[in-house]
Amino acid sequence: MVGTALQRRLIWRTAEVVDLVDETPRVRSLVLAVPGWPGHQAGQHVDVRLTADDGYQTQRSYSIASPPSTDERLTLTIERLDDGEVSPYLAGELHAGDQVELRGPIGGYFVWAPAVGGPLLLVAGGSGLCPLMAMLRLRQAAGSTVPARLLYSSRSLDEVIYRDELNKLVAMENGLEVMLTLTRQQPPGWTGLHRRIDTDMLSAVAWPPAERPWTFICGPTPLVETAANALVNLGHEPARIKTERFGPTGG
Amino acid sequence: MAITEQELRLDGNAAAGLLRDVFVHEFTSVRGACATCGAEGEMGAQHLYMTPLSPGAVLRCATCGSMLMVVVRAGGRFRVGLQGLVWLEMQDEGAAS
Repeated sequence: MVGTALQRRLIWRTAEVVDLVDETPRVRSLVLAVPGWPGHQAGQHVDVRLTADDGYQTQRSYSIASPPSTDERLTLTIERLDDGEVSPYLAGELHAGDQVELRGPIGGYFVWAPAVGGPLLLVAGGSGLCPLMAMLRLRQAAGSTVPARLLYSSRSLDEVIYRDELNKLVAMENGLEVMLTLTRQQPPGWTGLHRRIDTDMLSAVAWPPAERPWTFICGPTPLVETAANALVNLGHEPARIKTERFGPTGG
Repeated sequence: MAITEQELRLDGNAAAGLLRDVFVHEFTSVRGACATCGAEGEMGAQHLYMTPLSPGAVLRCATCGSMLMVVVRAGGRFRVGLQGLVWLEMQDEGAAS
């Protein structure tokens, strides 16, 4: 935390792509080496800036999916939006060895660390899982046994990001439960949830309000607002429900 | 296709980079009070309207929807309207913690 507190102005840094991982047909992770990276907290994001040959610049914010570390590396997981301006390049055309400009870490609101405690309720839709994955990875890396539940809405099983890693984390039986809801397409024999996130679902999945969970919700704006409003109606403290809406990102 | 207000809505957290440029301070964990309804909360939890190429941002109260703050970036300057906020409270980073 000291490093981030002392860094006053955000500076643009040159990051080098050191690895690419295809998470799903439309989602790719970029492992970036960022010399001088001061470290980050789980849930923070970076601004990524692209400059065209003619000098035109544009930028987007992406959540950091990797847990805090001291190796001057971070991972961004990016969904390729067909009509997007930035994501088709980042998640389609970049190769290992290429460079991108970024600045960060940014944000001090949508963050979690084991010292914050729990229980922890994480609710995500699509690539909204990324900042929550940083929290789960940190929880694991730190040996935290804070009880955690993830409710993840995905269109299909093939589009579940970090599927193998989530299965492994659950198999460790250290207090993490993962509930999937597959909203568009379910594999044969699927007995799990298969509708959009709603109040009944959250009522069944969420910790009782009396346990005062910390809740982090990230995804498309309608999903985030549906989930946050449902939890408030169920009696959860609004101040313990933190949201990150995608909005009309234009990816 | 019309875009609804809901689809346009973001969290104050999404302006963390812009607000850091303005205030040279991590701003999303700063607390404030709405001048209209009196609600208190972190700036990252308020409603934000901003698009990637927009020359500014509007922060509105998550409780009553009133404007808290407007940031305009133009001509190499920032202009910040703060009339919707009664107070802001932030960590004194020079103080021993």
